[in-house]
This record gives sequence, structure tokens and C-alpha cells, in this order.
Amino acid sequence: MGLGRYVATRALLIIPTVLILYTLVFLILRVLPGNPVIAALGTKNIPPEQLHKLMAELGLNKPLYVQYFDYLWRVLHGDFGTSMVIRGRSITADILERLPATIELSVAGLIVSLVIGLLTGLGASVKKDTPVDAGLRIFGAVTYTLFIPWLGLLFQLIFGVWLHLLPVSGRIDPSIQLKTVTGFYILDSIITHNWVALKSCLAHLILPAITLGLVLSGPYTRLVRSNMIKQLESNYVFAYLARGVRNRKVIMHALRNALIPVVTYAGLQFALLLGGAVLTETTYDWPGIGTYLVEKVSYRDYPAVQAVVIVFAFFVGLISLIVDLIYAFLDPRIRY
Amino acid sequence: MEVLGKLVSKVLKSLAPSVPERGRGMVYVGLGIVLAVVFMAAAAPLLTPYDPTKSVADPFLPPSWGHPCGTNKLGMDMWSRIVYGARTVLYVVFSAIALSMAVGVPLGLISGYFGGKVDRVLSMVMDAIYAFPSLVLAITLAVALGPSLVNAAIAIAVVYVPTYFRMVRGQVLSIKEELFVEMTRVLGLPTKDILFKHILPHLLPTIMVVFSLSATDAVLTEAALSYLGLSVQFPTPDWGYDLYRGKGFVLSGYWWLIFFPGLMITLLAAGFALVGEGLSEQVRREVM
Repeated sequence: MGLGRYVATRALLIIPTVLILYTLVFLILRVLPGNPVIAALGTKNIPPEQLHKLMAELGLNKPLYVQYFDYLWRVLHGDFGTSMVIRGRSITADILERLPATIELSVAGLIVSLVIGLLTGLGASVKKDTPVDAGLRIFGAVTYTLFIPWLGLLFQLIFGVWLHLLPVSGRIDPSIQLKTVTGFYILDSIITHNWVALKSCLAHLILPAITLGLVLSGPYTRLVRSNMIKQLESNYVFAYLARGVRNRKVIMHALRNALIPVVTYAGLQFALLLGGAVLTETTYDWPGIGTYLVEKVSYRDYPAVQAVVIVFAFFVGLISLIVDLIYAFLDPRIRY
Repeated sequence: MEVLGKLVSKVLKSLAPSVPERGRGMVYVGLGIVLAVVFMAAAAPLLTPYDPTKSVADPFLPPSWGHPCGTNKLGMDMWSRIVYGARTVLYVVFSAIALSMAVGVPLGLISGYFGGKVDRVLSMVMDAIYAFPSLVLAITLAVALGPSLVNAAIAIAVVYVPTYFRMVRGQVLSIKEELFVEMTRVLGLPTKDILFKHILPHLLPTIMVVFSLSATDAVLTEAALSYLGLSVQFPTPDWGYDLYRGKGFVLSGYWWLIFFPGLMITLLAAGFALVGEGLSEQVRREVM
């Protein structure tokens, strides 16, 4: 089987994953007891005629299987319908507007967690079986249990309220004008040579990115540590050392080989990253998909909640595809 | 149920004296934390003179001898809310995990033992759920069910079913090829007995590890749901909910409103994580 065919088969496998999640969410939101219209309005005292009219407007009076396929058909065309609370507002437009913020935060969080994981893992492996190693291993096991909103609020307290060093909410200083091209503020400010905006964006990104990155860094610490130890015990490392290659250079060689599983893991962990992003966003009022979801949740805006879940499902499927492809590219045996 | 109880106590007995040097410290520290929280929940009325849902002092008092964790906007004693909050979190976490075990373990046993089409479909569904951000799924479920303590527990339970299912199924796949299982088949024992009396006991050490690790996640998810307003309602004391209520006062510098509830969430999660880590060293050693 060639690489092309492998890609195609793997890409087709995303479909059942997304479909299963779509079905699940549909079942959760439509079949479980409770009328979405009443939930959205927050009152049961609504005249029956008006209720019927609203339900007809949203297509909720049709048989369930019709709703299921109707909605699926529209989703396949990129149409998530309109909000139930702010009527007529396109959910697709809302999500597209918010998505870059979430991606920006997730990527920054991923980078922070990789850097922390790499440094601590490397440190622990080089100082194996010393107190430094023990300390870093406990760090790796415990960071995961930090509750994101707690860490975020503590950072806000320390760096925002006590030290007045960094901004604690939003993506950019509201007084700064930034022309949006891509929706990624950092990219936009570079494209438009708006250095004031760039500085403000980066300052706003630091705390959320460190919060998210720190919490997710633990597994990387462990992974880098155990892989590095394995590499440092292998024959090629002894061969280098026997030839008198400097320690630092040998470590760099070993590190490169130790990183392959780390890359795979980074992809697999993407779901965790998205879940963490929801909490990080709400804690820092970061205008991404996470805050959008939480906003819509508080209004019981079912179509919007459903849309967010489907978008997340699609992302998870897509990332696992990309990871598989990178893996197949690195290791030809997998393709066969 | 009786069989299960016997098995659990057997495993506990076999584990306790044989926890290896490396994992032992972690298990003890972790257990210490978890038991301290359990004690807090059980002895709540003895640990504090105040009702956690009543205003007992001036609002926004900083920590002092009378109110070690300060008071909140309504003058409620934060220490009382922390102590009684332990009840809320333990109730949700343990009932959620019991529920997801009750569903995930039998499904995994059956799916792994019989194989075939049912197994394929079940695995696919479970894998899809497993790959999805669990918090987002829990949020969706909690929204659909409506915000309440019981519903939060159900939402968390559903999210962790695949964890138990996958682990049990994977183990059953290898155990069912072993000779002792074949013998039970040759002897003509009913399938129900093969599964629950002969295969299940071999899974218990792994189930214990997964239990502590999923308890960590469950504590964090419970806190997240109540932080997002999807679990308890005012004025029930709950750590995640108190953190949410304190969020608005961070900029005023009332640090005690967020520091103590969040610390408890992280401590309890870390307690379970340490137990799980320590036990997994043991299980890994046994398997290898």
C-alpha cells in the first residue's frame, strides 16, 4: 500500500468517529427529557401556540430521524444553523470568528508545555536517580492535578493585582486598533506591521499560555525522561562517548531520537488541550470557542452547543489523522 | 455484590504488605490526603461551629483565628464551606465512578470475551468517546440533564465509562487465551461464572489503578462542572462553585476566596493521582 492510499484510508476513518460523536450529541440533546425551547426561554409559562410556532421555526416538531438527517446534511455543508437565543445569528459565523483565538491559545499552550516538558525531562534524565530527578518526577506527576481555574486565578492575583506586570483578561488591549486579516491576532499584527498591537497580544497571551502549558507539561516530562534514559543507554551513545565526542553533543543526538514519541503524544493529547482550553479561556475571558461554549451553555442554546461539540470532534479526528501521517512518514513500516 | 466485596478485600490485603519500596511512599502520602478529606467530610460538624450556608460574620473578613479561611461576600465562614464542600465532592466523585465501573467493567468483559460484531461496534463507539475532550462531553451532558448534583455525577460517569471499558476489554483479550480459562470452558462452567468469578479477579489490581487515576480526573471534572455553574446551586458548599463565586473578587485582592477552595481541589486530585501512580508501579512490576 503506497503512502497515498494509506492517507486516503486513514482520512476515511475520521468519518465514523465524527459521525458517532454527532449521533451521541444529537441523542444527548434531543432525546433526553426536556424541551430545548422551554429550557432556552427559562420559563414554562409560555402559551402552547407560541411554543409550537417556535418549535416549528427551529424544525423541532419534525420526527427525530428527519431532524437527524436534516441537521447532518446542513452540517456537511458547513451550516450549523442559527442561534436559538439571539435569533437569526449564524452559528457558523460565530464559530469561525472565535476559532482563531482558541487555536492561538492552544498552540501557545502546547509550545509552553513542550518547552517545560523538554527541559524538566532532560534535566531529570541527565541527573537520573538524584534528588533533582526525584523532584522533577514529582513535578511531572503533580502538575497534571493543578486545577486550571485555580492556577489561572492565582496568576491573575500575583501578576495582575499584586505586581501589576501583566494583563489578566482578553486577547488585546481594547484601546488598540488592529485590522483583522486572519483572525490570529499575532499573525495579523505582524502582517500589518502593528508592533504596538503585537506587544499587547503577546502580553495578553503569556499568562493563559503558561497556565495551560504548565498543567499539561507533566506527561512530557515523563516521556522525555524515560525515552532519554533509554537512548542514553543505547549502543550508539557508547560509541560516540568512546570516540571522545563531547557530552553536550551526545545529548543532542540522543534527544533527537527521544523526541519522536513525544511528537506522537503531543498529537494524541490534543483532546486534553482543547478541554483545558475551555477552562483557561473562561478564567481569562479569552474570546475563543471555550468561552463561546460556556456562554451558550448558560443560555441553554442547544444548536450552538451541538455545533461546538461537532467542531471539536472534527478537530480531534483531524489531529489524529495528522499524527498518523507524521508517524507513517517517519516510520515506513506502518504503511504496510 | 457479596462476591465483589470479598474480592476487593482480598486484593487490598494482598496489595498492602507488598507495595514495593518505590511506590510505597507515594501510595501512603496519597492515601493520607484522601483519608484526610474523607475524615473532613465525615466529621464536618465537629470541625466547625458554623453553618456553611448561613451568614455568620461581616463580609470579606481576611483569614483570622475565628475564621481560618476568611469569610465571603455574604459573610459565610469559608472554612465551614471547605469542610462541608468535601461532602459534595466526595459524593459526586464516588457515585460517578461507581456508576461508570458498573457499566464499563461488565461491557468490557463481555465485549472482550465474545468478540465479534458487537465488540467491534462497541469498541468503535467507546474509542470515539474516549478520544473526545472529556470535559466538553461532560458539559454537554450536564446541560442536557439540567444543573444538579446528581446530574453532574451522571455526566461524569458517562464520560469515564470508556476508560474502564477499554482497560477491561484489553486485558480480557489476553487473559481469555490462558489455560485456566480454557479449563473453565472444558469443565462446562456457565459463561457468567467464567467472566465474573474467574476472569474478573485477575483484573482487580488494574481496576484499582484505573480507579485512582480516574478519580483524579473525576475530581477535576466535578470541580470544572461546578465552576461553570453546571452542578450544585447556591448556597450548597462546593469547592469548584466557591472558586467560581470568588473569581469576581480577585481584582479586589480577596485572595482567600479563591486560594483555599482551589487548593483543596488540587490536593484531593493529587492524593488520588499519587495512589494511582504508586499502585501502577506495583502492577507493572507484577505483569512484567
